[in-house]
Amino acid sequence: MSDTPPTTPLAETPLAGLHARLGAKMVPFAGYSMPVQYPLGVLKEHQHTRTAAGLFDVSHMGQASLSGPGAPEFLETLCPGDIVGLEIGRMRYTVLMNRDGGILDDLMVLRMADNAFHLVVNAACKIEDFAHIESHLPAGLSFTPRPELALVALQGPKAAETLATIAPGVDRIAFMQSAQASIDGIDTLITRSGYTGEDGYELACANDDIERLAERLLAFEAVEPIGLGARDSLRLEAGLCLYGHDIDTTTSPIEAGLIWIIPKHRRTAQAGFPGAARVASEIADGPKRRRVGIRPEGRAIAREGAAVLSTDGQRIGAVTSGGFGPSVEGPVAMGYVQPDHAKAGTAVLLEVRGKHHPAEIVKMPFHPHSYYRGQ
Amino acid sequence: MANERYTEDHEWVRISGDIATCGISDYAQEQLGDVVYVELPEIGRIVSAKDEIAVVESVKAASDIYAPVSGEVVAINDSVEEDPETVNRDALGKGWLFKIKLTDAGEADELMDDASYEDFIQGLDD
Repeated sequence: MSDTPPTTPLAETPLAGLHARLGAKMVPFAGYSMPVQYPLGVLKEHQHTRTAAGLFDVSHMGQASLSGPGAPEFLETLCPGDIVGLEIGRMRYTVLMNRDGGILDDLMVLRMADNAFHLVVNAACKIEDFAHIESHLPAGLSFTPRPELALVALQGPKAAETLATIAPGVDRIAFMQSAQASIDGIDTLITRSGYTGEDGYELACANDDIERLAERLLAFEAVEPIGLGARDSLRLEAGLCLYGHDIDTTTSPIEAGLIWIIPKHRRTAQAGFPGAARVASEIADGPKRRRVGIRPEGRAIAREGAAVLSTDGQRIGAVTSGGFGPSVEGPVAMGYVQPDHAKAGTAVLLEVRGKHHPAEIVKMPFHPHSYYRGQ
Repeated sequence: MANERYTEDHEWVRISGDIATCGISDYAQEQLGDVVYVELPEIGRIVSAKDEIAVVESVKAASDIYAPVSGEVVAINDSVEEDPETVNRDALGKGWLFKIKLTDAGEADELMDDASYEDFIQGLDD
């Protein structure tokens, strides 16, 4: 998230009219006017997504196509993930790295064909990401931003049964798999993925069709529109990183606890992605700090920036995301601490408005994931 | 009829004798959304009007609450700490936050009455 100066005119997604009709409260986010909540309110929107299904407008995110011979190998020169080994029709979470081993952005990479990929990047980073990819693009490859595409997410335990009534068979694809469907004549690219920890989908289609698709989904009893407020509390409970807060150009994937996105054969200084040397040395010697989950004992909420202290009062880190977890029914936080305080069960203190509140380092997620892994 | 007085920071105060009961306005609770945490002052604390005295947090954000009047904190509403949503349900009633024993009985007269506060929030929404 980047704060936008008030003088910059805000962009709108193709669903701006629908948000207005639904009574959304709009806020600036990553240069867009986005719904932070609907009349239901953040708490109930959060709970509705955990118990039924929520529809999120994520059209502000950047979508792009990459194709041409050697496209997978090219992506591996920018990202530490296993792209060459990714099966067609499957998606992977990875990051764009800088030379210092920091993270330029996190993104989803979907393999459409041997040499064709669909990318989804963060709204706040999309201009820089696309420029970065284009500046490294080898001859013979083609990279095309797709601003003509909109994106919505349908998330929650009732997402699959709901979507399957209009896109038959979509309930049989597994987490991180994709399908293409015609929904009421709308060509839709569907992935079983999301940012809530729930089972669910993201659906891309033409800007001109997205309002009709969104209204089709909202017509189901189980589906409510959900704003950015609940999107944030849902992803925080799921232990998922928010770029610009929990990961940024200074944090390495190892510090961020994202070693799982790097396949074993790429965990070397010679792996060929930017910052591979730092990643390899942090794997060998340990990073200087680690991203951890933090569970306050009381009700006080430690938000971004709150200091994390050892029980003897030494500063050992800071909160990068924190808030109230409606499903946890209490405050939750994540942040970075020195490695010797990063073990689950370690007692720490959180400084909130000058007072020290006892808390504990815990494993994430705070709320269990319920992804559909297939039969 | 209601005899609350309001600040521009959306606190309300209701005077009975030399005791001012204070809370946040209905408009404020609606703007905040679901209240999930309330931090109240220590009893016995001496405050001046506009001092930061409490915090009300929604899922989205933390809001500082300022003392509407000067005096000594003589009571706090423990039940909103236990059940913060009371502030949403009944901001001007069971959702009161603290009571201040007034130093200057006339101080609240300078705050907005119902009608002026209505005009004030109309102006904010325009």
